[in-house]
Amino acid sequence: MSDITAASNNGAPQAFVRTKASPDLPPPLAVGGIIGWMRENLFSSALTSSLTLLSLLFLYWYTPDLVRWLFIDAIWSAPDGEACRAPGAGACWAYVNAKIEFFAYGSYPRDMVWRVDLTLVLGACLAAWLLWPSAKRKALALVLFLVVYPILAFHLLHGLGPMLRGAMRGLADLFGSKALADMAASALPVVGTNLWGGVFVSLLVATVGIVVSLPLGVLLALGRRSKAPVSRFLCVMLIEIVRGVPLITVLFMANTMLPLFVPEQWSPDRLMRPLIGVALFSSVYMAEVVRGGLQAVPKGQFEGAMALGLNWWAMMRLIILPQALTIVIPGVVNSFIALFKDTTLVAIVGIFDFLRAVDTARLDPVWAGPTISATGYVFAATFYFVFCFGMSRYSMMMEQRLTRGRSH
Amino acid sequence: MKVRASSLGFALAAATTLGFMDLAAAQSGDKTSRTLEQVRARGFLSCGTNTGLAGFALPDDKGSWSGLDVDLCRAVSSAIFNDPNKIKFVPLTAKDRFTALQSGEIDVLSRNGTWTQSREADLGLLWAGVNYYDGQGFMVRKKLNVSSAMELSGASVCVQQGTTTELNLADYFRSKNMKYEVVAFATANEAIKAYDSGRCDSYTTDQSGLYSERVKLMNADEHLVLPEVISKEPLGPAVRQGDDQWFNLVKWSHFVMVNAEELGVTKANADERLKSTNPEIRRLLGVEGDFGKALGLTADWGFRIVKHVGNYGESFNRNLGEGSPLKIKRGQNALWNKGGLQYAPPVR
Repeated sequence: MSDITAASNNGAPQAFVRTKASPDLPPPLAVGGIIGWMRENLFSSALTSSLTLLSLLFLYWYTPDLVRWLFIDAIWSAPDGEACRAPGAGACWAYVNAKIEFFAYGSYPRDMVWRVDLTLVLGACLAAWLLWPSAKRKALALVLFLVVYPILAFHLLHGLGPMLRGAMRGLADLFGSKALADMAASALPVVGTNLWGGVFVSLLVATVGIVVSLPLGVLLALGRRSKAPVSRFLCVMLIEIVRGVPLITVLFMANTMLPLFVPEQWSPDRLMRPLIGVALFSSVYMAEVVRGGLQAVPKGQFEGAMALGLNWWAMMRLIILPQALTIVIPGVVNSFIALFKDTTLVAIVGIFDFLRAVDTARLDPVWAGPTISATGYVFAATFYFVFCFGMSRYSMMMEQRLTRGRSH
Repeated sequence: MKVRASSLGFALAAATTLGFMDLAAAQSGDKTSRTLEQVRARGFLSCGTNTGLAGFALPDDKGSWSGLDVDLCRAVSSAIFNDPNKIKFVPLTAKDRFTALQSGEIDVLSRNGTWTQSREADLGLLWAGVNYYDGQGFMVRKKLNVSSAMELSGASVCVQQGTTTELNLADYFRSKNMKYEVVAFATANEAIKAYDSGRCDSYTTDQSGLYSERVKLMNADEHLVLPEVISKEPLGPAVRQGDDQWFNLVKWSHFVMVNAEELGVTKANADERLKSTNPEIRRLLGVEGDFGKALGLTADWGFRIVKHVGNYGESFNRNLGEGSPLKIKRGQNALWNKGGLQYAPPVR
């Protein structure tokens, strides 16, 4: 060993031998750190640089005014619109504050809004149970959400009608229970759908649309791809007819024509009409999204399932749909987000959904002023953004979990 | 276990079915039989209103409706039920308002509808009076020093495109041989914004609209609504043809409010005026005679209306006039003996 060293040094004495590697020098300023990142991402070419500069200029022009309008000059609390009408006043958050209950519940009687709150909390809990990836007993949650919850929600929100009340009274007579008789007389008075409004109606329409559209959409998609001519024909007809007509036309039809065609007692409730329309519409769009997923599942999967001796339903349920639905998560969520925003269309048939409530509240002469409309619309936009962004994030999370097994 | 689950399911299904049938039962009713009987049986009045128009029909912070048109429905409800709140308000857009009335979904349409010949003759409706005389007017800046529309020669006027407003404007200036410049916009919102930014000297639309737009301007006090009205827009409640008793009931609910104002009976002094010796007041409040009977009402129907809703002047003041932010002048809506057009036949 020493011989080799000596030989390589031609016998000269060793002044210094490096025993470990020298520390890394920092990269040159031009490629590392913030400057490097900026060079790479913001100023990599003449075009990029000019776009960057333009964007900065744009931000410089608009951000201060926007911040001033939204926060600094904004009126946070005031008894009426007087302060907001002063020249130079910014966003009138006091108005949003005063109207927040109206935005949330519409005209629902204020002493009974606990019914709405309870329904929403129950729904949120069940939805969380269903959507939480590692939750147990999802089948039970599904049954509760799809069967029990809608019935419960209907009676909570709408109240017990005379027939149900009569049935309760009958039971009370049968068992001679006074408590039940009292309950029959006073429990949950009816709140007509004409009083429903605000965020709560927007959520209701969206939830009904989402909950109905996924199962119905899957069925329609399966029907359209099935080999049985009758079911295929019916599904294609339904999908193409509904897709070929604008939702607004159907809503107008339901609102202005239906009451003239059918006897008054058979014409559906004013809120029921857009609910049915929205559910039907989202279902057929969902069917096409799901069909795309079904077509993307390789043929080998079908053949493998058949080779195992699975019948058609088992094949679909166990092999095909899990793969197809995973593929179309982005499309499904896309439909859900579109549906959530389409709920604002019910306003054109006189339903006070959230946006309509904002639109009506800004007409109130107590508050009316130059900044009121803008304030109301900024608030509405924020609300819709938070919901849609939440849906989109959740779907990305689910996508990552479910596609872990697929590397491509 | 399985049996129990299915019977639970059956019970739930039965419960839902009952619930939905309730919903249908609540809406049932035959439009050909008498409206008043249906309203009584149902327990509430179904009143078609605007989806939102300041001063006429607008839900407040609590979601309860107020406005001049709403007060008319409250008057009808008071006359029938002695309660101004037994009403189901059905907010209607301009497109489906008449259908809702024709199909029997609502009992009365109190939705600032203009009374025209074709609407009565073609649509099978009847207007039960005029609770607001509207008409097209002009708004100008005070610093223009204009006090009459006759002085608007050479002015530029902001207006919404494709409306009768635009046509009326042209007619008016042509008939007066005055020059003017039209600045038309697709929506009313754009037109008022343009006026506010100084693009035009004047803004024109229906007078009630001018007042409610004025509140939204940057400096409302710097603007003035000129007194001239250049078109006729009589707004009032409408009912279906074929039920004269109901038509009379709605019409006279309005007349009671106008008569009460003329006779000085208000919400506050109605109780005290029951002792009045004035025969007109005694008939109006039902102390003398039984004038409600022919309408299917009690003798004190007039008293109920004034007690719960107030007279026409009070309603106007509260919703549109000095008592409201709109501050609309009575103008044509003053009583006939004060230079206006509101005139009610006597109760006798």
